[in-house]
Amino acid sequence: MVYKIVKKTKLNSLVEMMEIHAPYVARKCEPGQFIIIRVDEDGERVPLTIADYDREKETVTIIYQIFGYSTELLSKKEEGDYVQDFVGPLGQPSPLHKCDRVIGVAGGVGAAPLYPQLRKLSRMGVPVDVIIGGKSAEFVILKELFEEFCDNVYIATDDGSLGTKGFVTNVLEERINSGTKYDEVIAIGPLIMMKNVVKITKEYNIPTTVSLNPIMIDGTGMCGGCRVTVGGETKFACVDGPDFDGFKVDFDECMQRQGMFREEEHQCKIGRGM
Amino acid sequence: MANMSLKKVAMPEQDPNVRNKNFDEVALGYTKEMAMEEATRCLNCKNKPCVSGCPVNVPIPEFIQKVAAGDFEGAYEVITSENALPAICGRVCPQENQCEGKCVRGIKGEPVGIGRMERFVADWHMANAKPAEVKIEKNGKKVAVVGCGPAGITCAGELIKKGYDVTVFEALHKPGGVLSYGIPEFRLPKDLVAKEIETVEKLGVDIETNVIVGRSVTIDELMENGYEAVFVGSGAGLPRFLNIPGENHLGVYSANEFLTRVNLMKGYKFPECPTPVKVGNKVAVVGAGNVAMDAARTAKRLGAEEVYIVYRRSEEEAPARLEELHHAKEEGIIFKFLNNPVAIKADENGWVSQMEIVKQELGEPDESGRRSPHPIEGSNYDLDVDTVIIAIGQSPNPLIRKTTPGLETQKWGGIIVDEETMKTSKDGVYAGGDTVTGAATVILAMGAGKKSAAAIDKQLQGE
Repeated sequence: MVYKIVKKTKLNSLVEMMEIHAPYVARKCEPGQFIIIRVDEDGERVPLTIADYDREKETVTIIYQIFGYSTELLSKKEEGDYVQDFVGPLGQPSPLHKCDRVIGVAGGVGAAPLYPQLRKLSRMGVPVDVIIGGKSAEFVILKELFEEFCDNVYIATDDGSLGTKGFVTNVLEERINSGTKYDEVIAIGPLIMMKNVVKITKEYNIPTTVSLNPIMIDGTGMCGGCRVTVGGETKFACVDGPDFDGFKVDFDECMQRQGMFREEEHQCKIGRGM
Repeated sequence: MANMSLKKVAMPEQDPNVRNKNFDEVALGYTKEMAMEEATRCLNCKNKPCVSGCPVNVPIPEFIQKVAAGDFEGAYEVITSENALPAICGRVCPQENQCEGKCVRGIKGEPVGIGRMERFVADWHMANAKPAEVKIEKNGKKVAVVGCGPAGITCAGELIKKGYDVTVFEALHKPGGVLSYGIPEFRLPKDLVAKEIETVEKLGVDIETNVIVGRSVTIDELMENGYEAVFVGSGAGLPRFLNIPGENHLGVYSANEFLTRVNLMKGYKFPECPTPVKVGNKVAVVGAGNVAMDAARTAKRLGAEEVYIVYRRSEEEAPARLEELHHAKEEGIIFKFLNNPVAIKADENGWVSQMEIVKQELGEPDESGRRSPHPIEGSNYDLDVDTVIIAIGQSPNPLIRKTTPGLETQKWGGIIVDEETMKTSKDGVYAGGDTVTGAATVILAMGAGKKSAAAIDKQLQGE
């Protein structure tokens, strides 16, 4: 089975978007779920969150940051090319429910999985705001798409080239202090960002959902590599998640486990001449 | 007059100290002459106890007579009349508990080397025979098979021969199930697995990889799409952990993860193949079944200096095949029987540094019939290790039971079936293999697949 790249868009110097023909995934996927992609024969199985889908065209949109060997390989593929494997949808759909107002917090490519979740909430009639963060203006993605349905789109950049200079957490705290009442926060981004978001929301006691993307192989519960401690219990992010109650996640352990193959990631790129 | 030698004709093997550094097959197989000589040890007895020990009823003495006569293709036909995967079964079946366990020659001396001859016949066929044209009359009915492991492949192979259109849905990118991701290359070469699966595909079985039944499509949707019956052979793909402190430290793997990285993703070829597998110098594998032996022997081959098997019972209770225990010992695996891990400790970076172990003594038999271990108070000690692999079994994967209304399961997750008909509580849905029994053997799963195929045929033909 091969999966055709129907469309490819460069979002910035490191982040790309691909629309891929994958009928099984496109028919069933819901916001919050993810897929596993294998670029070529012998390739790694890489989990990526679903940014969008089109049930009629039977396509699924993924957004990825060129980071290691496999995403670099993926980025060499162009429109009209094929990827070897594309399987899903994996994980549980996000537990979205009606309430008075939700704010999403996205860091970097975390904006990709956040987008379909907030859009669905908005379609359910829930007013939504969003904070998008990035290193600089270039790395703030999907701003226009969020603007289509969010009441407020706030931006934070490390260098101040767009929006507030500082972290998404600074903006979040400011929003909360300004008196806007949020029933829920959905935070998706680097682990350290989600950890810091939770630090704030815990203080204000605003329920917070985070999305985890740990190291995994099969994505169906078979390998157990994606285990995370949530509320003192071991969970498998692939089948029990990827969304979890942010108050209960052991972020320090997640961060440690994320680094298990850091040396090999480096070695692989050298070994394969990249 | 039969050959009355008390011993099997020996099968050549790679030297232990050579093979524990490579991934080539350990046992090298019989030559024509060896197979024919071993065949003469069979007494061709009338009541054929060996056949009663075979979960798929291979007519064993019949094929052995053909081997003795040098008619290897004839022997292949006899075996494959009942068993679609002889090259695999000849290698991984626990023959000592099945056919060979019942062989009368085993009463005094070694039983007839049935597994070795089965393997020879299958390998001979692959190397020498031309594929025969098979004509199958289609009956126009569609059956779906969930999972392309031993149970699913067997069920699909049987049904296609009866005229059904069969589609097998496989969650991973490669067919074979545990034959591909679990059992290592040195025990079961992967190109051989691919060839046996190809044989079934050539009969017309359609294998769709990358489809996770329960996620990509549900069983109800398959039935709505015209499949008149569904066989679930989704295996036992959910690893068990010990639930002791420190199990999420870096360097702790489930055997599933470790073996999948090496076998399915070819981690032993890293960085040529980009999926990494990290193995340190001192590796502890917890458990003493076949999977534990596979993990330990794999770790050794990946360069670990000291590899321990840590098992809370004694050698007598170890569930692994005798041959696996024997091979592991030969290759320098260190066995720590009556040792139970109670905690895993890490260094300041979160990497495994030690395993705390309590020594055990055996008491009365427990519900499994095996003598149960009890901790010896005050016997705790720390074993220096940098990698831990947990190989204490798997439970059935929950995806199907969670997404199939009306499918009844045991408390521990196994799908409940009527043992005679292999029917589940849901109309038109059958199940077999590890998803019903919990982790067992390749051949038992094949037996279940075969039985289910017969039951599905009976049902769909309205008998």
